[in-house]
Amino acid sequence: MALLEVENLHIFYGHVHALKGITFHVNEGEMLTLLGANGAGKSTILRAVSGLLRPRQGRIVFDGKDITGLPAHQIVRLGVSHAPEGRKIFPTLTVEENLNLGAYSRWRDRTGVEESRRLVFRLFPRLAERRHQLAGTLSGGEQQMLAISRALMARPRLLLLDEPSLGLAPLLVRAIFKTIKEINAQGVTTLLVEQNARLALKLAHRGSVLETGNIVLSGTARSLLADERVRKAYLGER
Amino acid sequence: MDRYLKAIPPRAWYVAAGLLLVVYPFLTNDYWIDVANFFGIYAMLGLSLNIIVGYAGLFNLGHAAFYAVGAYTTAIINTTFHVPILWLVPLSALTAAGFAYLIARPILHLRGDYLCIVTIGFGEIVRITLVNNPLGLTGGPNGVLGIGRPSLFGLIIKQPLHFYFLIWAFVLLIVLGTKRLEESRIGRAWNYIREDALAAAAMGIDVARMKLLAFVIGAALAGVAGNIYASKMAVISPDSFTFWESVVMFSIVVLGGVGSIPGILVGTFGMFVLPELFRGFSSARMLVFGAAMIAMMIFRPQGLLPSQRWRRAMVDETVGLPAAGLSKTS
Ligand SMILES: Nc1ncnc2c1ncn2[C@@H]1O[C@H](COP(=O)(O)OP(=O)(O)O)[C@@H](O)[C@H]1O
Ligand SMILES: [Mg+2]
Repeated sequence: MALLEVENLHIFYGHVHALKGITFHVNEGEMLTLLGANGAGKSTILRAVSGLLRPRQGRIVFDGKDITGLPAHQIVRLGVSHAPEGRKIFPTLTVEENLNLGAYSRWRDRTGVEESRRLVFRLFPRLAERRHQLAGTLSGGEQQMLAISRALMARPRLLLLDEPSLGLAPLLVRAIFKTIKEINAQGVTTLLVEQNARLALKLAHRGSVLETGNIVLSGTARSLLADERVRKAYLGER
Repeated sequence: MDRYLKAIPPRAWYVAAGLLLVVYPFLTNDYWIDVANFFGIYAMLGLSLNIIVGYAGLFNLGHAAFYAVGAYTTAIINTTFHVPILWLVPLSALTAAGFAYLIARPILHLRGDYLCIVTIGFGEIVRITLVNNPLGLTGGPNGVLGIGRPSLFGLIIKQPLHFYFLIWAFVLLIVLGTKRLEESRIGRAWNYIREDALAAAAMGIDVARMKLLAFVIGAALAGVAGNIYASKMAVISPDSFTFWESVVMFSIVVLGGVGSIPGILVGTFGMFVLPELFRGFSSARMLVFGAAMIAMMIFRPQGLLPSQRWRRAMVDETVGLPAAGLSKTS
């Protein structure tokens, strides 16, 4: 069953036609990765799904409900959580305060939030050690962990991750990707945007390749890893 | 200097301030009591604007309009229907809030500087409307005369000393109320929005509604200040609600420390009481204000008594102290 269905999505930034009729779906429990070069429109797709951008045309259906044009705060409440590009954590708040923000819409559910906090600290023990530290003073990797954790605090059914590997050392990237896999294995459907195609395809079940606002290729992760065009353009092989 | 100030426990500050507040009027004359009265009214205005500018981060340079709506609501209804002044407090708050709701809804999506310009225009429109005496209600340039005095438990509040206690009781209530608000879930939402509205929206905060709420609550409190001002003066006219008034309120917030309640009180002192002390220089008042603002922006952009969040941000960026040490002190 598809948890997220995106149909013929068109997004404009002023006159810039950023998405030119995108169609894809993510099945319940699955991890789909969106690959593509800088400026292809990957982040734009995530922003549209989480309600930060309004589509000019097309339909976004989450869990059978049409969420096209719904404001972001309502979409979060339905169970879609977005860890945006560049992390967007609040540097002058502590780690814990950032996490509380992630649980903002769950203020009536104290025990549930506490449970999520425990889960997040189990996934990222380094955050637990630094819970009273200002987020702006965390290392890049820790900030990324915080961004993912904050998104998890909303207890999402669909997690949108925008380039979690950006600017991180390879060893750290591997550790974070391992945790992302674990999160997905626990049943959180994941839409992963990445430029690091090799790692993303090792992790995800399926992938789609984006070029200047169009999906040019889709398939299982295995088939994409084997695909000639993908190997040339995104895996740096010749 | 900050370090010495911090060494004094907050409770000592409160006790000292409370004591000073109570004994002050008995140590001075009516003139200085009235200075304290206007200090109180401006403190209310500063605190109310602080909700909009300091908490929600929305630039509003037309706050005098809400103050005017509150004052004229009280003045007109009191003089025509003789409704007691203090009964009109909630009504003044409500009309100012309703007004803010109507005005703010269509313009809140504007970016900082644009919003600023629109609020200036709006403030002027309100003032000019008052001058034009619509339906013969506002009395035109002369304003409304013969506004009644508040009465409490049979005591008619008329002397500066009586007003002093009324005004400062309101200031105290507003301080406590805004403090609660600041620490509430709503206050935290404003904080997030101010720092990064897009990230806040992505986390499930209804940004548009929260901004509107800041405007409405801030306006309501300005309306309360308007009510008290009207009955204190007994006469109000459009001259009391000029753009300059909005500038003074805005400066109070910026001078004292955006988002900080003690900062607002200090800022009010700076903007209102100091010029009173240096009355001899009154012709150069604008010049001194301008110079002081520029000096502030260069030497202490966070304000005289900044909110904790500001303090953290400044330390974080300028000194880069090891974070573990920082978190323990804050
Ligand atoms: N805020 C914006 N204003 C105008 N154009 C934008 C904005 N954000 C992105 N774009 C444009 O939309 C296209 C897709 O951008 P984006 O989705 O960020 O790409 P990606 O995430 O794949 O690198 C690019 O051409 C980019 O220049
Ligand atoms: Mg991107």
